[in-house]
Amino acid sequence: MSTLSLWKAQRYRPVRLSLKMSAMNRKLIQTLAESISKDVEHFNKTEIECLIREFNVLMREPAAVGRTVNGLDRGKFRTILHNNFGMTDDIIMDGVFRTFDKDTDSFVNMKEWIEGLSIFLRGTLDEKIKYCFHVYDLNNDNYISREEMFHMLKNSLVRQPTDEDPDEGIKDLVEITLKKMDHDHDGRLSFADFEKAVREENLLLEAFGTCIPDTTSIEAFERNIFQEKLDQ
Amino acid sequence: MGVSLTRAAQWTTTSSGTEKLEFTPMNESLLKEILSFVEQFSSQHLQEAEHVFEEPLQWNTTLVASDFKTDYDISDTGVQSHKKDGEGNALLQLSPPLIYVRSFSQLSKIVNLANEKNLEEVRVCLEENRDPLLKILGPNLANMKGEHIGTDVLCLEDKGKEKDRVKHSDVKVRLFHLLTNMDKKLINKLLEELSEQVQLDPTAVKNEIDMLKQCIERDEKVLKSIHYTSEYEFPNGCRAPLWRQAHGDMCYLVIEPYDTENLYITCSNTGVFLNGGIKQMVEESGYKQKSEVYKDLVTLLKSRFPHFAENINKQDFAVKELPSIEKSHYVESVDGNGEGEPPSISERQENNVDEKLRQKHTPIKAGGEKKYEPCPRWKNLGLMPPCGMAEKKKSSKSSVEKTSGEVQNKKFGLEAKTKMKADFSMSSLQGHVSSQKTKTPARPMPLELFSESSSESDEEEEQAERRPETNTDLPAEYWQIQKLVKYLKGGDQTATVLILCAMMDFNLMQETCQLAIRDVGGLEVLINLLDTDEVKCKIGSLKILRKISDNVQIRRTIVDIGGLQSIVKILESPHKDLKALAAETIANVARFRRARRAVRQYSGIKKLVKLLDCVPNLANLTTNQERDADVARCGALALWSCSKSTKNKEAIRKAGGIPLLGRLLKSPHENMLIPVVGTLQECASECAEDKQTRDLVCKYKGLQPLVSLLGKVNNKQLLAAATGAIWKCSISMENVAKYYWIPKRVTRSAVTLKGEAIWFQEYRALETLVGLLIDEPEEVLVNVVGALGEFAQISANKALLVNVTKAVGACATDKENMVIIDQLDGVRLVWSLLKNSSADVQSSAAWALCPCIKNAKDAGEMVRSLVGGLELIVNLLKSTNNEVLASICAAIAKIAKDKENLAVLTDHGVVPLLAKLTNTSDDRLRCHLAEAIGHCCTWGGNRTSFGDAGAVAPLVHYLKSKDSAVQQSTAMALYQLSKDPNNCITMHEKGVVKPLIQIMSSNDEMLQEAAAGCVRNIRLLATANRKARLFH
Repeated sequence: MSTLSLWKAQRYRPVRLSLKMSAMNRKLIQTLAESISKDVEHFNKTEIECLIREFNVLMREPAAVGRTVNGLDRGKFRTILHNNFGMTDDIIMDGVFRTFDKDTDSFVNMKEWIEGLSIFLRGTLDEKIKYCFHVYDLNNDNYISREEMFHMLKNSLVRQPTDEDPDEGIKDLVEITLKKMDHDHDGRLSFADFEKAVREENLLLEAFGTCIPDTTSIEAFERNIFQEKLDQ
Repeated sequence: MGVSLTRAAQWTTTSSGTEKLEFTPMNESLLKEILSFVEQFSSQHLQEAEHVFEEPLQWNTTLVASDFKTDYDISDTGVQSHKKDGEGNALLQLSPPLIYVRSFSQLSKIVNLANEKNLEEVRVCLEENRDPLLKILGPNLANMKGEHIGTDVLCLEDKGKEKDRVKHSDVKVRLFHLLTNMDKKLINKLLEELSEQVQLDPTAVKNEIDMLKQCIERDEKVLKSIHYTSEYEFPNGCRAPLWRQAHGDMCYLVIEPYDTENLYITCSNTGVFLNGGIKQMVEESGYKQKSEVYKDLVTLLKSRFPHFAENINKQDFAVKELPSIEKSHYVESVDGNGEGEPPSISERQENNVDEKLRQKHTPIKAGGEKKYEPCPRWKNLGLMPPCGMAEKKKSSKSSVEKTSGEVQNKKFGLEAKTKMKADFSMSSLQGHVSSQKTKTPARPMPLELFSESSSESDEEEEQAERRPETNTDLPAEYWQIQKLVKYLKGGDQTATVLILCAMMDFNLMQETCQLAIRDVGGLEVLINLLDTDEVKCKIGSLKILRKISDNVQIRRTIVDIGGLQSIVKILESPHKDLKALAAETIANVARFRRARRAVRQYSGIKKLVKLLDCVPNLANLTTNQERDADVARCGALALWSCSKSTKNKEAIRKAGGIPLLGRLLKSPHENMLIPVVGTLQECASECAEDKQTRDLVCKYKGLQPLVSLLGKVNNKQLLAAATGAIWKCSISMENVAKYYWIPKRVTRSAVTLKGEAIWFQEYRALETLVGLLIDEPEEVLVNVVGALGEFAQISANKALLVNVTKAVGACATDKENMVIIDQLDGVRLVWSLLKNSSADVQSSAAWALCPCIKNAKDAGEMVRSLVGGLELIVNLLKSTNNEVLASICAAIAKIAKDKENLAVLTDHGVVPLLAKLTNTSDDRLRCHLAEAIGHCCTWGGNRTSFGDAGAVAPLVHYLKSKDSAVQQSTAMALYQLSKDPNNCITMHEKGVVKPLIQIMSSNDEMLQEAAAGCVRNIRLLATANRKARLFH
């Protein structure tokens, strides 16, 4: 934590100084990466350094005027998701933000950023199951309820103008999904239900909306951050 | 009660258009069951009995107001029950003659009130409420068909009225269960009754077939031919294999009619029906029922063939025109084209055409309305069909008077109409939904379909389109799948994935589901999904396609709608799972020629070959490499399917597939090896550049793994493929030379295989195994022996030849295999090895000949046909090698069983040569030598010659040997020799009697007999001598 606060101190320096300070910066980043790499799987130290730099770049972009923030706010984070990973669904993007933001302070700080990305980009199936479940558990009550499903799926079917009840299809879809995934028949999905269903059929991992980027955008993102940075 | 009422009960239509329950014993018992159910209901299920029906059951009752007593308000206009539902409506209301009832408790009361008339009340009630379930439970539950019902069915309903509602639904669900159980009971009971009534026995079937055969003999133009698939008749008169007899099958027939293709018919104890084409030995699917069950053969033929019907009526034998009342299995309701009315007797033939038509291309069931195929006995009611007459008249004309070709044309006209009808109702049913996607519902037009099947002489495309037998009611799956496909059409990728996953939960290997997907236009949607960018949707779609493409009709439709192009395109996807799934689907689809051609035309072969590139045999594969290997396996599977076409073999080779396949042979996994070896075999056997492929296999060290496969005797499919490939490859000399050690393995596996063959033969004797299983090892054997033959031609390596000959010998101990060896001219090859300079080769060849000669069908002729063969054998008796001598003696013993050959042997001087050998002390040689001498005695003066050559005395010494085999053959030889008096004297002088008497105490009967015979001959001679002395 001490290195982290060190880094925080550095972070608030004016942007124009950063070039001059690059030597010192590098040193700081290295120590920081060293400490983070103990907690984060899937990334090596160099990669973590790159991610720290990227985070710094993102932080430098103008945030809400006149406010000091200790991380990426929801809006910024959603822009990143949208621009880099082609995500569009607001509910899902909020879910991803909520999942990244472990301390629920409405900001994704650097550690959360790196830890989140480690699953987001390179997570194992186990990690991804946990991650997705968390994204879909909109109210954080450890269950995906009928209502939550309905909420997430409400735009997934083309509505028939002639339908008496325009939501009928969605309701039906929710029931179909529950029938498939609700193994203990309690009318909602527990983590155990979800995990079992996904293990049986991997396609169900992102059952209620895309919240993991596809291979192409992962590759592009990683290339962009890791390689180009390393080339510098 | 839904199913039993709609399907089991016998309905009829009166002239007024209302449907009535027939007065039949079966309906009667059905009604009684329902009656007692209703009677007891209110006492047994209190809560459920009070449940208010969604809609009242109403009917014209015979009850009058005076019948009602307490608990009812009786007025001038009618009767109302005291009991009311929540909204104040009476649960029973009578306004004569109509009665409305809204709960089971009231129903029970009515039944009690009606006394003797109660059965009549139930009947009328059922007649006027054709779907009681719907009224009782409302549309939601009534359509559930009982599978997925649980309390959660009603959960989505508004949460506002919670408590009341839940309780209400609980009762409703319980009621539903009660009713479904009742339904099941009814059906079971009816089934029992049915099965008691309907029984054919083998004698009846046989008589009928004999009768038909007589007609054919008399050349009465009824049928071209009729014959059984099996000549063997079991003692019980059946001809079906035992395991099918357990299913009630009695025999299978192949009937060649004048006007259509051959018919394959099963006669079972429940009746006569068409099967999937049982010729001789078929795979299990052939036994499936493909038509309705008819009560006898003549009825089936009459209903199927206008020509037959026309001619058989001219015959004088009594055609049982009217089936007796009990044959109630006729009541198969068929979803109709709106003309299911009972025909008159005179229209029987016409109606046949319709029936046939319906069975060929049954249009999809569209709306909910059903018509019921009438029971034939109704035709004697003389009811004329009120509608559809014109069409029938037309088809009747064509069917009776015109040639069959024209009949078909007409039929299609008709079919097209019905199809249009069906499509119309289909689209109206789907309504707005179908407009979502561009492509229209799937099914290829029947006309196009038919022309295809006739033009393509392909194994699969011959089969005409058909529906499974259960085309009466569309199964619940159909509607569920239809709903899913509807959502699939209008869903985004998340919904699509969810729906695809739900679809995977259906039993996709079941024809009902497969065809349902196609019939509701699901195939187009699934194929469309393949052209999107959504990997998950593509995976889901392929997971379904790869399963349903197991169905012939689905495969054809996929090709028809251009699906292969999309699937082939996916082979280039960077996503490995996708590639594997696509290849697997192709492996299924490419099982007929048009599909294989399509794969090639979309350059699928090249892409498939590319999939093969992986590292197959590393000890520790990374996950990635494992996935590569799986992709390669799927690729090989697809190539295997494709390689059945000659042009594709060429394409595989050109795309560089052979070296890659060769490399994959090193894989340790059998599921990889089977398709790889299979493809290699296909390519090696018929490729234009045969030699090139073979050499390629050789170059990439493909043979080595191939041979190592031979150890895996447990997998017969693999074994067959491997041995086949080795055979094909061994045609190249270099291969054989390089891998001289191969025969060892081949030998070993050949011996194992022999065991298998015997094992299978035992089973065949019992006729319990299906043909397929028997075929397999035979195929393996042919390959093995073929390979051996190839090896035998190359005399480069001594060890190789020794092994080859041993293998042939091992194979030849089985008579079946001997036939194969004979066909492949194996004996000549082995015989020619006797000329080899190596003693080992000579002896092993001679040993191999022994079983060959013993088991060959016409051994004498076979041996004689080998020019100079006998001379060669006799000359080998001059060898100095005891093993060679022993083997040659053994061979001579076998050859000498044929008198003519023995004469030739004698001419070549076999006797003195054998006699010269008698001084040996080698027990092995002694054994076979004595055997040879014994057999050679049977010709001309050979006995005397042996005596003259001094062979007898040494033979007597052999008896002292401790080897029982030597003793045995010697005793036999001595017995033969003792038929010559001089030999008897010699034997007696040498003291043969004492050891012979000892031998007589042996347990071996043959030995006892031979010894005794010999002693007898000596004794007879002595007696004769004494007599001679006495009288002269």
